[in-house]
Amino acid sequence: MFIVKLVRAWITPLIALLIAFSIGAILMITQGADPMRAYQSLFTTAFTTQEGLAKTFGKATPLAISGLAVVIGLRAGLFNIGAQGQLISGALAAAWAGYAITGLPMIAHVPLCLLIGALFGSIVGYIAGALKAYRGIHEVITTIMLNSIVLQLAEYLSNGPLKEEGSIIARTPDILDSAKIGTVSGLPIGFLLSGLLALGVWWIFKKTTTGFRFETVGKNKNAAWYAGIAVKRNTVFAMVACGALAGFGGAVETLGVVGKFEPAFNQGLGFDGITIALLARANPLAVIPGAILFGGMRGAGPTMQFSAGVSPEIIDLILAIVLFFVTAPIISRVLKLKSDSNTQVTSGWGSN
Amino acid sequence: MPVYIYLVIFAIAVAYSFNPVSTVAVAASSITFGLPLAMAAMVGIMCERTGVVNIGIEGTLLTSSFFGFFVAALSQNLIWGLLAAIASGAVTGLLLALLTVSWKMDQIIAGTIVNILATGLTSFFYKQGYSLPAIFPRWSIPGLSEIPFLGRVFFQSGPITYFGLILIFVLYFAIYRTPWGLRTRAVGEYPSSAETSGISVLKLKYTNVIIAGAFGGLTGAYLTLELVGSFDRGFSAGKGFTALAIMIFGRWNPIGALLAAIFFGFAQALANQLMIDGLVNIPGPFINMLPYVLTIVVLAFSAGKVRGPAAAGQPYEREQA
Amino acid sequence: MATLLQVKNLTKSFGSVIANNDISFEVDAGEIVALLGENGAGKSTLVKSVFGLLRPDQGEIYIDGKQMAPGDTAGVIASGVGMVHQHFKLVPVMSVTENIILGDEPKNGIFINIKKAEQTVRALSEKFGLEVDPTAIIEDLPVGTQQRVEILKALSKDVRLLIFDEPTAVLTPQETDELILVIKNLASLGVGVIVITHKLREVMALADRVVVLREGKVVGTTTPKESNESGLAQMMVGRSVVLEVDKGVARPGKAVLSVKGLEVFDDRKLLAVKGVDLEVRSGEILGIAGVEGNGQRELVEAICGMRMREKGEVLVSGLPTKDMHPHAVHEAGVSHIPEDREKHGLVSSYSIADNLILNQFDQEPFARGWFRNMGATRENANLLVKKFDIRTTSAAALASSLSGGNKQKVVIARELSQDLQVLVAAQPTRGVDVGSIEFIHKQLIAARDKGAGVLLVSAELDEIISLSDRIAVMSGGKIVAIVDSKDADRNHIGRLMAGLKE
Repeated sequence: MFIVKLVRAWITPLIALLIAFSIGAILMITQGADPMRAYQSLFTTAFTTQEGLAKTFGKATPLAISGLAVVIGLRAGLFNIGAQGQLISGALAAAWAGYAITGLPMIAHVPLCLLIGALFGSIVGYIAGALKAYRGIHEVITTIMLNSIVLQLAEYLSNGPLKEEGSIIARTPDILDSAKIGTVSGLPIGFLLSGLLALGVWWIFKKTTTGFRFETVGKNKNAAWYAGIAVKRNTVFAMVACGALAGFGGAVETLGVVGKFEPAFNQGLGFDGITIALLARANPLAVIPGAILFGGMRGAGPTMQFSAGVSPEIIDLILAIVLFFVTAPIISRVLKLKSDSNTQVTSGWGSN
Repeated sequence: MPVYIYLVIFAIAVAYSFNPVSTVAVAASSITFGLPLAMAAMVGIMCERTGVVNIGIEGTLLTSSFFGFFVAALSQNLIWGLLAAIASGAVTGLLLALLTVSWKMDQIIAGTIVNILATGLTSFFYKQGYSLPAIFPRWSIPGLSEIPFLGRVFFQSGPITYFGLILIFVLYFAIYRTPWGLRTRAVGEYPSSAETSGISVLKLKYTNVIIAGAFGGLTGAYLTLELVGSFDRGFSAGKGFTALAIMIFGRWNPIGALLAAIFFGFAQALANQLMIDGLVNIPGPFINMLPYVLTIVVLAFSAGKVRGPAAAGQPYEREQA
Repeated sequence: MATLLQVKNLTKSFGSVIANNDISFEVDAGEIVALLGENGAGKSTLVKSVFGLLRPDQGEIYIDGKQMAPGDTAGVIASGVGMVHQHFKLVPVMSVTENIILGDEPKNGIFINIKKAEQTVRALSEKFGLEVDPTAIIEDLPVGTQQRVEILKALSKDVRLLIFDEPTAVLTPQETDELILVIKNLASLGVGVIVITHKLREVMALADRVVVLREGKVVGTTTPKESNESGLAQMMVGRSVVLEVDKGVARPGKAVLSVKGLEVFDDRKLLAVKGVDLEVRSGEILGIAGVEGNGQRELVEAICGMRMREKGEVLVSGLPTKDMHPHAVHEAGVSHIPEDREKHGLVSSYSIADNLILNQFDQEPFARGWFRNMGATRENANLLVKKFDIRTTSAAALASSLSGGNKQKVVIARELSQDLQVLVAAQPTRGVDVGSIEFIHKQLIAARDKGAGVLLVSAELDEIISLSDRIAVMSGGKIVAIVDSKDADRNHIGRLMAGLKE
């Protein structure tokens, strides 16, 4: 019985992956490249080589965390496209705290930086949440706008007031050693943290009153209000949680991988987070394998260019196709599966 | 209403007397920056009036600019590019209609998928080193373009600009004065009423979303073939989302959206001009931020109080009470 | 008499539920046929198939001898069939004229000729004696007027056959009488009429013929001359129906719910409750009789903390309750069976178990502090499913898998399983099958007998009369009379409901 359930849950994403890779293969052939060589180099690099694995997990960490940030939102009926902006604000804040606050031992410095990262992420989340709860503006627009605003601000700050002395490119100074996060038996601590976070999020939704509140608000605002749940407050709270989580993820990225803040480094993480969240059907536990897959593909993407002459942008396309087949009820129709309406995030723009 | 118009005219007159060159530049730029936003807002208006929330305008713009640019560059013919842009826009419309009307997906997720697919497609197939033979020329309308100020601002524009503006007015009359408009509005407010009047809700939704997509395609063509003359990854830069804010600000009314778009264009043009004239010294990123901040501010003040088409966002189930 | 409509062997299923099972019947020109049946018997489904809104699985439909293509609403309308729906199909933000011309707009080139349209509406209005203002916006109009627009829309297209779906649900007894005259008039002009209803009284007053549906089948055809109300009821339900509820004598005690000088606005910021004073004592059922739209909904919502009280107060056992705070009111001892169970009462995608503790999820024993107690939740669910006879495979099943009646039972189980001083039941048996209705009535009486004060609001006058110990009549936002149910005279109450003094 459990096996059947497991299969049912995984079969659609698996078929979607298969179709996407097949289409990718066709495109590669039309470009004159060998898909088998490309895929082989991609996956062996990502998952079997020492360096590749490190990169995989390194990339997987912020992906997992931004995916979780979107999942929390989805569960609460919110579509948080702003994970990228929230992540960047956390990354930059943590980078600043990493070099600006001196004289602290590691055991104090690291948590402090992580907290500051989460704090700034939650501020960005708060803005979107408050606008939604109190002015009724749909979070899709506000979070996209905030993404761009944060991006511009980050660029300004890292090229101006927070810029490393004497650097040509825009970047902040290196963080102090006391702020760095290392690895534990090969796995970056950051990734372990994200695994713990995923468990935490899953548990909160399953077993706590807070999770029940979020979900009820997400599924039926009226019934939630009627049942005594403060709808507006919980909406804001959910967005703040999303932002805090994403900001935390950015901080982990800074402290564990990059060691500073450079504006260019996390492009595209925003949409990937959404893809992972939707692929995982808003299930926090499923975010981890999804993140590993994405991390592997993104990390090892450039090797495809190297070994088979395929441009790594094909991964954008493949992931987009996977998303399409997972969310559009094609596969489930063909296989006659029951589709779950886990994700309903459309609501009116104003007083609707 | 008239009071605002007089104020605006007065302000323009005053500015013109002080610095005619800059004033004309700002006014003209308001139109050039604002027009694509207005046209993109039309896409949103047409879709939402029919009950379909379209978050995927950004994807439509990206795809159509992409196809417009590359087809024009490959064929060295702008007209082919224009047609390709419109066609690809219509295809994105078809996709959105399929996802939301037939497959009844959550409309926001459907729109996001359109965006992500568009980003993936255009990013993968993008190749450098192509260029257009030219961009669409500016046609000066004889006589009218001689008028000081108005002539430079309105009557020396490219063909898509003229066409786009005309289409906006056409859409306005169509929505409020024609049977098609009445039926569309009924579908967007309360589709049951249309169904029980013998109107095919499904057909109308499909038709409108596809045509809206074509309109978006025209906008993409404008951006690459008439305004900028090139194409880049991430070309549309959030205009599709700003268009939604303009649609809300303009109360789902084509003329209202046009005015809102011109206001946005004005804000950007003004900031640029102040920099050029050396009157203020704002760092680049803050200028870039302006449209996004403005979007949020505008929404914060207007969104709560407005009411869009009541059935927008709800998938239409035929057999219901 | 020419046969206008012929339905042959019509069958329509929704999944495993057979809504219409091999149904055949006819309607002649100038004939009024009543389609009688209880909730869920398949009446609405049947006429929707006739009207082309649904495609039947099998069967044929002939209008004037011509076969109609399934699902072709436009074709059916063109053949002269009109329908007045139970839930009006009018666009709230558009005008009367726009609604009437929708789908058949008079044109001036490519534009709509609005002047001509308004003229047409005025002419129609005069011809049939149904007064409306062509330029009025639908959402500003009272319900009775909206129905007139709905009727005019159907009449605007040369109808030969007119279908009315539960037309009197929102009318006062007097407006109902007027409608009956309108319908009889139409029949005398040669129009064929189908009236769907479950109200026996109207059937006896209106129909030339009665077709009775039960569980999707035609169980009999008769005429008012050949039958009477209890005969019809028996055909409807298939067994002797107890039209009266068996209840013991009430033993009322102190007042548990007191409403003083309550004034409440409706959604359009108009005063819907215009100064209401009420008292419900423990151990009694106070029923509020009244046609929908006279302030009952706003009254109930204000009492339960779901709508702002402009003036006045609501006291539970002497203590005032909080405004705009449904949970606080609930904590004060008021349980509520909401009118719109899908909106306020349940979360369809939650399990039955979760729904059963929906408004107690953060209280002992279902939670301790931050942590939920899933075991206690499950136990509670199993207990209640049994006690309240909720038909489901398991308490972990989703609420959306339940029928309307069983969904209502979930809400009732939840509300009645808590300590309550006051029970506010709003339209508790709407959309519920007869078996569940009896059960729910029994539960309401049981609550009363345990000492609760029950405030019952229902649009079904019979339900009010049979259940209540005292009856308050609400009309035009005020309580116009309170009578003991022993002394209740149906006609008298009907007149009071309509706003007449006696």
